[in-house]
Amino acid sequence: MSVLVYTESDQGTLKKGALEVASYAKAVADKLGTSVTAVTINTNNTSELAKYGVDKVLNISNEALQAFNAKIYADVIKQAAEKESSQVVILSSSADSKYIAPLLAVNLNAGYASNVIEAPSSTSPFTVKRNAFTNKAFEVSQINTEVKIIGVSSNAFGLVETSGEASAEDFSPSILESDVKVQSVDKVTDKVTIADADIVVSGGRGLKGPENWGMIEELADVLGAATACSKPVSDLGWRPHGEHVGQTGKPVASNLYIAIGISGAIQHLAGVNASKVKLVINTDPEAPFFKAADYGVVGDAFTVVPELIEKLKAFKANQ
Amino acid sequence: MKILVCISHVPDTTSKINFTDGDTKFDTNGVQFVINPNDEFGLTRAMWFKEKQGANITVVNVGGPETEPTLRKALAIGADAAIRVNTEATDGFTVAKQLAKVATDGNFDLIIAGRESIDYNGGMVPGMIAGLINANFVNNCIGLEVEGTTTTATREIDGGKETISATLPLVIGGQKGLVEESDLRIPNMRGIMMARKKPLTVAEPVESNPETTSVKFEKPAPKGAVKLVSEDNLDELINLLHNEAKVI
Repeated sequence: MSVLVYTESDQGTLKKGALEVASYAKAVADKLGTSVTAVTINTNNTSELAKYGVDKVLNISNEALQAFNAKIYADVIKQAAEKESSQVVILSSSADSKYIAPLLAVNLNAGYASNVIEAPSSTSPFTVKRNAFTNKAFEVSQINTEVKIIGVSSNAFGLVETSGEASAEDFSPSILESDVKVQSVDKVTDKVTIADADIVVSGGRGLKGPENWGMIEELADVLGAATACSKPVSDLGWRPHGEHVGQTGKPVASNLYIAIGISGAIQHLAGVNASKVKLVINTDPEAPFFKAADYGVVGDAFTVVPELIEKLKAFKANQ
Repeated sequence: MKILVCISHVPDTTSKINFTDGDTKFDTNGVQFVINPNDEFGLTRAMWFKEKQGANITVVNVGGPETEPTLRKALAIGADAAIRVNTEATDGFTVAKQLAKVATDGNFDLIIAGRESIDYNGGMVPGMIAGLINANFVNNCIGLEVEGTTTTATREIDGGKETISATLPLVIGGQKGLVEESDLRIPNMRGIMMARKKPLTVAEPVESNPETTSVKFEKPAPKGAVKLVSEDNLDELINLLHNEAKVI
């Protein structure tokens, strides 16, 4: 009857998002008066999960699961859910988990609520609050099926530490055949990704050209942040499409979003509304982004950003 | 190749979002509806297949008669036929069940849906169709080539992209990147005239109980005014981010 949470890892190491969904699972389990079981795939060290409320870890180690395959992963998680008789299955909002969740919902004949931002307000009926209308509104959604699947929005619930111990068990599910094969992966491994980032530093057309991105990257480095850009910047080819933030680009749900030289078109704002705090640096005091921002600096990015970098370096050195 | 493009009828990006009936229903008053942007990229990619290597394109939507102008627009862009499944799009699973039935009945090779709609943002319909009809599935698809029954798809992943091979039938959750935005089609007068003669079939829905129910909607609390900091006082900005917002 335990709540099952799929805790993702990257190259054997648990992702930060895994700890957040574990924290969320603990909150759900407390409401239901049950325990939390985490299922991990090819993860080297799962000891940290106990700190975030996990009671039991099902470790799956299998060479056949080294390359991500949504259909096979969904089948494996289904087997774990059945083994634990789980009524609630929780996943993150990573690209991979959002890929798995609808397949898992069909496998388990379960209602699925994605982009969930709070613990359930009620478990009978099972009611959750989620982002909708590209973060311009919330929807309170009731899941009617016996088994429920929840996709937790990044950085919405946060990390909640607790005390406790977790038992560990090896789990060897059967592995499906699939003719979906990964041919190549092109991934920047030494950079913080937008999906995992607490802070995102984003540049717009106000930066005048790709040759000026060095200061955006330096500011991101100082803050341990990911870099992003507005749509015109990716359309102009100054930055890769994968950095485009907005309605048709990547959604950002960071704790801090820093927009530099971005005026704040409605499509861009829709993609960043879920960020908790927004700082805007722009020469134009009338830029619409200032209306959506928490903090603002009216000034030239080419003088403000280098100075901000130096001041942040000094601040970090004193921390 | 038979291609099914799933079209969601959504409020235009710039629409004001309001609710009626005690915040239980989306207020359509004064709202312009459009083809869901992620679906529009998919439709344009389907047109590319039609023009370069031959394909027949059917567009499908789940919804009432008010969604037909959106289907007609897709026909004017170049789709060959349209199907409207005559039921309210209450929840993602129900919509996926309707679309899976259409996909099975029409024996389609390639089913293109947007990775998510810009209204409910569920992100579940393409994957659920694939699960229901047991077809291969690629989500967040930003590139697609088809040769015979073999496809090569590029998918956006966190921090990069990956290239995948899969055989047809295939369902994709598409997005920007499938085609460039500058390649999106605007219906011309000839297309609009031709669309009037193309078949738009109304199909009756399969029975389905909603797996999820929308209880009510809420709007975010009004935001306070921005705190402006002088560019000559960036220490104060760092102080605010550290001590007030607690984000650095």
